[in-house]
Amino acid sequence: MIITSNVSKKFRKLKALDNVSVTCNKGECIALIGPNASGKTTLIKTILGMVVQDSGFITFNGNNILHHWQYREQIGYMPQTGRYPDNMSIGQVLNMMKDIRGDKVTLDEDLVNAFELKTLMNKRMRTLSGGTRQKVSASLAFLFSPVVLILDEPTAGLDPVASEILKEKIIMEKKKGKLILITSHILSELDDLVTQVIYMQDGQLRFHKSIEELRSDTGEVKLNKAIAHFMRKN
Amino acid sequence: MKKIIKYVMTDILRNRIVLLYTASLFIISFSMFSLEDNNSKGLLSLLNIILIFVPLVSIIFSTIYVYNSAEFIELLVSQPLKRKTIWLSLFTGLASSLSLSFIIGAGIPVIIYQANTIGFMMIGMGILLSIIFVAIAMLAAVKTRDKAKGIGVAILLWLYFSLLFDGLILFLLFQFADYPLEKPMIVVTALNPVDLGRIMILLHMDVSAMMGYTGAIFKDFFGTYTGMIFSFGIMLLWIAVPVWFSTRKFNRKDL
Repeated sequence: MIITSNVSKKFRKLKALDNVSVTCNKGECIALIGPNASGKTTLIKTILGMVVQDSGFITFNGNNILHHWQYREQIGYMPQTGRYPDNMSIGQVLNMMKDIRGDKVTLDEDLVNAFELKTLMNKRMRTLSGGTRQKVSASLAFLFSPVVLILDEPTAGLDPVASEILKEKIIMEKKKGKLILITSHILSELDDLVTQVIYMQDGQLRFHKSIEELRSDTGEVKLNKAIAHFMRKN
Repeated sequence: MKKIIKYVMTDILRNRIVLLYTASLFIISFSMFSLEDNNSKGLLSLLNIILIFVPLVSIIFSTIYVYNSAEFIELLVSQPLKRKTIWLSLFTGLASSLSLSFIIGAGIPVIIYQANTIGFMMIGMGILLSIIFVAIAMLAAVKTRDKAKGIGVAILLWLYFSLLFDGLILFLLFQFADYPLEKPMIVVTALNPVDLGRIMILLHMDVSAMMGYTGAIFKDFFGTYTGMIFSFGIMLLWIAVPVWFSTRKFNRKDL
């Protein structure tokens, strides 16, 4: 569904992405793992077209994303730190997004209801705590029932109840056969979610394996142990 | 595109600075017309204030607005929208709200006191100048990542168009006083939309009789139909070129 071929990106002298080639297919739930500054977020942003790569190309359903901006209709994106216009309220942001892309799709307001955002609709974005912001970002990502979900550190800043709600929602969407891309540093919570693991370091793709492969290669059952095993080897 | 323009415009028109800008234009215009006993003298004083004030507010407000909309832009870029659409909507929203402020603030008093060709020309020129400086501001904002630097660049650009450019021209005129410079001057004027606007208005006023030989040459050119078309075309170029460059830059920008 999403194919990146030899994508490279430099920020000044820093190589953020170095010849990254990944193939992501429908029905997969992929964990994007790597140390800080390994290029995970940059990779996600290039897939979304927010960062323009220096070389290489990215296709979505066979169309080069540089020329087909409509593909973003099928993506729900939850950024690492959601930044929203300060003087808009939650309700206004939600309505604006519905106004922009909501005419053709069925709205999925599960998370809006589960996070009880309805009671906070009049609150301005600038007054929100980090956690509530994350809840808004998550609700927006799932709102338009997209086929692809890209979640950048989805549970960072969420309280245990909220992150459990989000996790359940992700599992539900996974069962519907959607493509889900998650980055996270809390590997234990990825255990029962992911089917594939992409490991990145210094902007390079180190491996892309299914979780079974990874388990049999390392002899570990838990994802965090398996990754730790791999990191020690390097 | 319409939807985004709607959001940008409602956001700007609620902004206190824009309301204050409209109100001060309104007060200035009315006081200029009441201070002078002759309405066309009032128009002349108003012209000088508008030529300083309108570009200043347009360029600085737009630059700050673009920087403050960083979150808004970021949010929209990850949505199924063309980057070009986002950027042009932002431009259209800014340009139309500032033009609207100008029409309400300065246009109404001018129509009340001077509802003739010069009056309407001045309103048209004020609108064009507002749009031109929005376009320049957006180019400055997209080129510089740092907010403080970007606003500094915007102020310098305003200073250049409003003051430094005239100084440079005077310097050139004195340096090359021995040569016939009248015709090259017409070309040089095209390099500054503020001057172009000033000359267009002045030449249609009675004071143009006092501008000497250069004034006569200018009147020969700008006073004619072709001259009018020429300067209008140049003003439109002053909008189109910065908008084109900034859109191109925004299309490749990392957010």
